[in-house]
Amino acid sequence: MSGLQTRREWLLSDSPVSRGQARWGQSYRIWLALTANRLAMVGLWIVIILALLAIFAPLIAPYDPLEGIGGLRGARLEPPSWSHPFGTDDLSRDILSRVLHGSRLTLLVVLLVAVIATPIGLAIGTAAGYFGGWVDVVLMRITDIFMAFPRLILALAFASALGPGIENAIIAIAITAWPPYARLARAETLTIRETDYINAARLQGASSLRILWGHVTPLCLSSAIVRVTLDMAGIILIAAGLGFLGLGAQPPQPEWGAMIAGGRRFIIDQWWVATMPGLAIFIVALGFNLLGDGLRDVLDPKARK
Amino acid sequence: MALPSPTQTEGRASALPAFLWNATKLLLTVAVTLLGLLLVTFLISHVISVDPVLAVVGDRASKSTYDKMFIEMGLDRPLYEQFWIYVQKVLSLDFGKSFLTKKDVVDDIARAFPATLELATLAIIIGTVIGVPLGIVSAVKAGKPIDQFVRIIGLIGYSAPIFWLGLLGLLVFYAKLDWISGPGRIDIAYEYSITPATGMLLVDSAMQGQWEAFRNAFSHIILPASLLGYNAMAYISRMTRSFMLTELAQEYVITARVKGVPEWRIIWVHALRNAAVPLVTVIAFSYGGLLEGSVLTETVFAWPGLGLYLTNSLQVADMNAVLGGTLVIGTIFVGLNLLSDLLYNVLDPRVRRRGGKS
Amino acid sequence: MTSLLTVDDLRITFPTRQGPSEVVRGVSFSLGRERLGIVGESGSGKSQTGRAILGLTPPPGVATAQKLDFDGIDLRGASPAKWRELRGIRMSMIMQDPKFSLNPVMTIGRQLIEAALRTSSRTEARDSAMAMLEAVQIRDPARVFKAYPHELSGGMGQRAMIAMMLITQPDLLIADEPTSALDVTVQIEVLRILDRLVTDRGMGLIFISHDLRLVSSFCDRVLVMYAGRVVEEVKASDLAQAKHPYTQGLYKCLPKIEGGLRPLATLQRDAEWAR
Repeated sequence: MSGLQTRREWLLSDSPVSRGQARWGQSYRIWLALTANRLAMVGLWIVIILALLAIFAPLIAPYDPLEGIGGLRGARLEPPSWSHPFGTDDLSRDILSRVLHGSRLTLLVVLLVAVIATPIGLAIGTAAGYFGGWVDVVLMRITDIFMAFPRLILALAFASALGPGIENAIIAIAITAWPPYARLARAETLTIRETDYINAARLQGASSLRILWGHVTPLCLSSAIVRVTLDMAGIILIAAGLGFLGLGAQPPQPEWGAMIAGGRRFIIDQWWVATMPGLAIFIVALGFNLLGDGLRDVLDPKARK
Repeated sequence: MALPSPTQTEGRASALPAFLWNATKLLLTVAVTLLGLLLVTFLISHVISVDPVLAVVGDRASKSTYDKMFIEMGLDRPLYEQFWIYVQKVLSLDFGKSFLTKKDVVDDIARAFPATLELATLAIIIGTVIGVPLGIVSAVKAGKPIDQFVRIIGLIGYSAPIFWLGLLGLLVFYAKLDWISGPGRIDIAYEYSITPATGMLLVDSAMQGQWEAFRNAFSHIILPASLLGYNAMAYISRMTRSFMLTELAQEYVITARVKGVPEWRIIWVHALRNAAVPLVTVIAFSYGGLLEGSVLTETVFAWPGLGLYLTNSLQVADMNAVLGGTLVIGTIFVGLNLLSDLLYNVLDPRVRRRGGKS
Repeated sequence: MTSLLTVDDLRITFPTRQGPSEVVRGVSFSLGRERLGIVGESGSGKSQTGRAILGLTPPPGVATAQKLDFDGIDLRGASPAKWRELRGIRMSMIMQDPKFSLNPVMTIGRQLIEAALRTSSRTEARDSAMAMLEAVQIRDPARVFKAYPHELSGGMGQRAMIAMMLITQPDLLIADEPTSALDVTVQIEVLRILDRLVTDRGMGLIFISHDLRLVSSFCDRVLVMYAGRVVEEVKASDLAQAKHPYTQGLYKCLPKIEGGLRPLATLQRDAEWAR
């Protein structure tokens, strides 16, 4: 291996000499394919900007999201202007600041749901696929039952039972989000269950848990990542729906769905109050959808056609 | 929900026992799923709820009502007995009383249902009539600008919150342009000119020749139905594209070209007829998804259907109503999935005649 | 023999990530009302040659030629209207596996009628369809007429395919591996039927296959293709005197029933052949 290879050549080399090089090369190739897709890049940028805005919201937002400006007689329901690019709402709060702070809530919901639901789904799916028999039947029945409800409806039912509040909303959404991962994991597990290297690991005395965790789960990861990204848009929309209906984050929290509900009364004459938060939801969901589509094209080209 | 595929019956004298066996397996699966639905709703109402009795009688009920309900729900008894009571009630269509409307939940739901049915049906028609041709065009012109354009339209459908689009739609088409009527199903002026028959205003008014009322009902329904239809259209066009691409790559398409069959016929007769098989199941499945979408749409348009009933009950945590509605929607969803699996078996001649010579 | 089809320097190129790839590199031959066999292994370009003659090179492939003449008509850049006059009426093709090449959701009868309607009226079409099914020796034509492709055995399906492609009495038939998907005993039956029909109608036939023995017994002349080129053109009866080492190698690989060489010869490839 010539020491004069550029880093790019090293990554794209056809004969990697170490596992590390192979892994890096693989990731780089995926990255190249992804960046070639313009729409996916748009999606990626949107997601990155969302993350940045969420993290730096307190620094960026021009006003306090919870306090009205100048009391109730102050800047109520003002249309978009230079000082208030998104206008103000009926409690004289700057909508731009509220939207910016609301991005933190959105990001929080999306991350927590992903972090909770995905491992549960993967665990159930891999266990069902690996152990088979009645374990499989029972776990899959449970999965089917959860999938038998439309997601929003089930989330609504759970959220209303648990009561309002953002933690309950996250739990409710997570409960409805795990089944597709279980399905996906089970399908992947079934295909590799009988392969020789799994058998070899078993012969070496690896416990089932170790096999599942160390061998089976990593293989499900790429499909899971695609799935999670694609699901994020749906999760955001369900969270917004819950917020719109008064579940989820409670006022005065600037949750985007709740903001739309609050602005509903004023839609006709002060359209910006309900429109701006909705625009935010739309752009973020679009970003995740674009990114997810791009990832799917790259990681699972068969699904494209 | 995947069905077990029909078993091969080569060598068997008659295919009928196989068919019965599969039907039984299918019904058992459905029964188990429905039981599971009941279990989930039971858990929500009796276990997760902070105070199950309060959820049912409301926080303004008197102590005696509370105590009576406590015993009626069997909360002093072990959990499995409670479940059994619950199942019995549901099977006899007793979903309890809604403390909001003071009526039986079953009656409330029966009254609200036709409105949702009408909305969802019109929406699926719109979604299919627009979505399928768009999907076909995208497949035929895959990779070209029109394909990208349709894809983006679909993406917008997946990404925009439907209640937001609903509000914007009302703002633009109702308030500013005055092209359509506002929230609600029909103006009060026309409400009594239609004798309720099917509960679906468009159908009833047409049947009775009440054309003014029909026009009015139409102007109320068109926006919410279009929005819901847009949602469905995004999914349907995407799946149509996918199925058509698969079919157009098949050998029989080459055969048809060799025969000199004109291209339009190859697309719309040869390929589409093959793609129709999985497509019908997609449409049935989308119909179920529309029930979900209607929850939020009805809220925005004050549409007196199942969705609005559900959200009104949600906001006061009227659990009998919430769970009754959830159970009904869940059951319909299961039914639709079942229907789409059955349709697949019926429409595909290869599957239908399994057991014949191959 | 007047030439039915003249092909001169046919080239078919497909774009790939590594640049354009020529899968057919300068194939030339002419065909009268005779049987021409094209033999080659997978990747030799024989199927693509057949498709190009019908103008069915799959995009993004591009087919060019110095000459591509069918009965005096220049096929290169022919308009869709021109192709509509030719395909299904004067030129036809049968393909390998009726399981895939017949439309699974249309009955055989409907597919036959669709072909027949190109030259007959609706009432005649049904009769000719039934007559064709009998001509390919299908014993119960009425049942097959109403049947779906998956309900037929391989041999019956292929016969139905032949019926469908010959119903308009074309002048040229291209058979692309017509018996490769069939059992050996069924192969012979189907070939016999094809033989009779082609002779009776005085058609030109291009028989594409990987099976040298089959082609040599069925055709008058044989073209051997390797890596996109024609390496040998020889009369079927003169196959034993083939000049090109590839053909000789193929010929020697065929086992003979009277026994002979042991161990059985294998083909030694020379990179030179692919130039």
